[in-house]
Amino acid sequence: MTGDVPPIEVSDLSVSFGDVPVVSGVDLRVERGSLVGLVGPNGAGKTTVLRAIKGTLSPDAGEVRLDGDPAESLSAREAGRRVASVPQETSLAFDFRVRQIVEMGRTPHLGRFDGHGPDDERAVREAMDAAGVARFADRAITEVSGGERQRVLLARALAQEAPSLLLDEPTASLDVNHAVRTLELVRRLVDDGRAALAAIHDLDMAARYCDEIVVLANGGVRAGGRPEEVLTAGALRDAFDAEAFVGENPATGSPTVTAFGAADDDGRVEAVEPVQSRRVHVVGSGRPAGRAVARLAAAGHAVSVGVVPEGDAAAGVAADADAPVVTAPPFAAVPPGRRAEAVALAREADVTVAVGKAGQGRSESDNETRANGAVLAASDRVARVGDAFDDGELLDAVRGIDGKSAPSR
Amino acid sequence: MSAWGRSIGWSAALAAALAAVVVVSAAIGPVRIPPAEVVMAVLNALVVPVGVETTSHGVGLLTLPSIDLAYRSPFAFPVNDVHQRIVVGVRLPRILMAALVGFALAAAGTVMQGFFRNPMADPSIIGVSSGAAVGAVAFIVFPVALSTTLTLPVVGAVDVGLSHGTGVSLFAFVGALAAAFGVYAIATRHGRTPVATLLLAGVAVQTFLGAVISYLQLQAGESLRRIVAWLMGHLSGAAWGDVAVTAVVVPPLFAVLLVYARDLNVMLLGEEEARGLGIAVERTKRILLGASALITAAGVAFAGVIGFVGLIVPHMLRLVVGPDHRVLLPSAALAGGSFLVAADTLARSGSTELPVGIVTAAVGAPFFIYLLVTREVHEL
Repeated sequence: MTGDVPPIEVSDLSVSFGDVPVVSGVDLRVERGSLVGLVGPNGAGKTTVLRAIKGTLSPDAGEVRLDGDPAESLSAREAGRRVASVPQETSLAFDFRVRQIVEMGRTPHLGRFDGHGPDDERAVREAMDAAGVARFADRAITEVSGGERQRVLLARALAQEAPSLLLDEPTASLDVNHAVRTLELVRRLVDDGRAALAAIHDLDMAARYCDEIVVLANGGVRAGGRPEEVLTAGALRDAFDAEAFVGENPATGSPTVTAFGAADDDGRVEAVEPVQSRRVHVVGSGRPAGRAVARLAAAGHAVSVGVVPEGDAAAGVAADADAPVVTAPPFAAVPPGRRAEAVALAREADVTVAVGKAGQGRSESDNETRANGAVLAASDRVARVGDAFDDGELLDAVRGIDGKSAPSR
Repeated sequence: MSAWGRSIGWSAALAAALAAVVVVSAAIGPVRIPPAEVVMAVLNALVVPVGVETTSHGVGLLTLPSIDLAYRSPFAFPVNDVHQRIVVGVRLPRILMAALVGFALAAAGTVMQGFFRNPMADPSIIGVSSGAAVGAVAFIVFPVALSTTLTLPVVGAVDVGLSHGTGVSLFAFVGALAAAFGVYAIATRHGRTPVATLLLAGVAVQTFLGAVISYLQLQAGESLRRIVAWLMGHLSGAAWGDVAVTAVVVPPLFAVLLVYARDLNVMLLGEEEARGLGIAVERTKRILLGASALITAAGVAFAGVIGFVGLIVPHMLRLVVGPDHRVLLPSAALAGGSFLVAADTLARSGSTELPVGIVTAAVGAPFFIYLLVTREVHEL
């Protein structure tokens, strides 16, 4: 195989169903040893792109190349040796054994009258072991659960031993253990030199396992690159029309996405309104303040925080959101410099949100409270929310369009 | 054991069962003949080439020597001469015809159920049976218009008319293929033939042809009785000539289906999946449809519409040997042969002979209901 020809290359792909364009101008490259995640909202055309690569639908324009050759020039058999795919689901009216389904993966390698040779036996055995289906190899496919069935389809694709893998929601019906194991397996295959393109709904999973993420929305590629570059609150708002907070998963170090529904007064989730970005300073500490920072950042506001104790939950969230944060050593007087910094941030903010008991200190010995009292005093406008605020309350308070906002002091 | 190994094992067992059913069937009738005598009579009738003999043809000086193979039976069992003639001349052609028709219908039914991924499909689903019925009924109602003499220069008038039975079969065959092709053409757009469209086109064409048949029956007058008999399916009157034609047509078509058995397995995963696994889907569909239509047409052309064989036999065998078509297809075909021979024996052994279609339906419908209530039907 030649070195720099990518196993999968899509250029300027356009597909429409009848008069309805689904995707247009899609460019995509999957290199050997690379796992590319295809993310995007429902109906964005992820499956369509995968089907165009498989060759099961013909594009209106553009080209798919597999190992450098145009896909339409390849016979079904040859294409089957180059790309294996794991579909979202399969329908089977007849009760084939799991083993028989996996054996079907060898079809592109067999002549019309060939039986299974030792190579085929080995490929089938390895595929079943890898996908963890060997245990129920002799059960009927109609009797296994949805998740098991999805792993059978994965095993079938593995038995195909093609250099490229296409996966359509490979973890959609898997429990968390098998979802992780499936993606670990794909990751291992990719590290061994295969190329894989996977449509994935779970953005955290995509961020954790993919080398690259391509965001597909509104009929085209909206962003592409390493997960940290692509998964940003702004990109997610564009693609998914959702308010989301992107943090760092403390366990894996990969980006983790928390999406919020914009809540109206009744607490119902409604479509996201156009963001009127404001400069918001948050005063408070602990989980409630952290939640407020995440929600405000997701809504597109420019947030700053302080003064909070070092290592406080709110400080961690603020760091993820790239929000300026003023911290002070816990259980000590807030240094005057830090206090001044926080006051300055509050002054330049359109509104300051006090979460919980912030700034309402009863005892003079409460160091932060004293400092935060000064911060609040410096603010043009202060909105107060309790520890158990709901999202609508918080966002309305910041928006300041109704009577709920507290008078400035 | 490999799939083809299992296939050979099951086929051998079911072929033996078929042979046994044939022998038992040939023993049953108004004249009871012991099965051992049946076997001896059949062996007596077998001929093998034993040598070359020279004969002369012609008159006077124009005598031409010609060389022929001489056939003799290697067996000469002592069999009652009447029994010999009853078994070989009367019962055996009908029984072998039943075996061939059952074989063809069950094979086609197996393929159709796989093709449509629906355990309730049968060979008539693409309009083959209705087409055959229209052809046959049309010939029965308007026989004169279809058999004529042809006047050729030099040679003079040549009678190209068909015997009535052959004419019915020929028109049934042509009608069956025309209907199948029509259904295929209706369902095909831009070189693709979606299975769901094919199914619906089949239903529509069947309904239309049903109207044509009903109209022809109204016009039939005295031949109505023959039409009804044909529509119910029958095997009486089968002659060695009919058997020979069917025996030449059916096996090659069956071989084509068998060659595509593995592709049919993969097609069960769905067309997209099959393509991803290297199957040229549209070409495979054309071949499977074409061969099934031909083999069904060959079956119904002589025997008329015999229902349920193509539906229940594949289904029963699927329960026994599993869904792998490499095993299922030959097993179902052989079992179909046995089933129809048995059904026809039942049909002719009563005091009055019944059309065999009534027997297969009477056995088949309860089984169909059994499948429904035991939820063997996974989808429709």
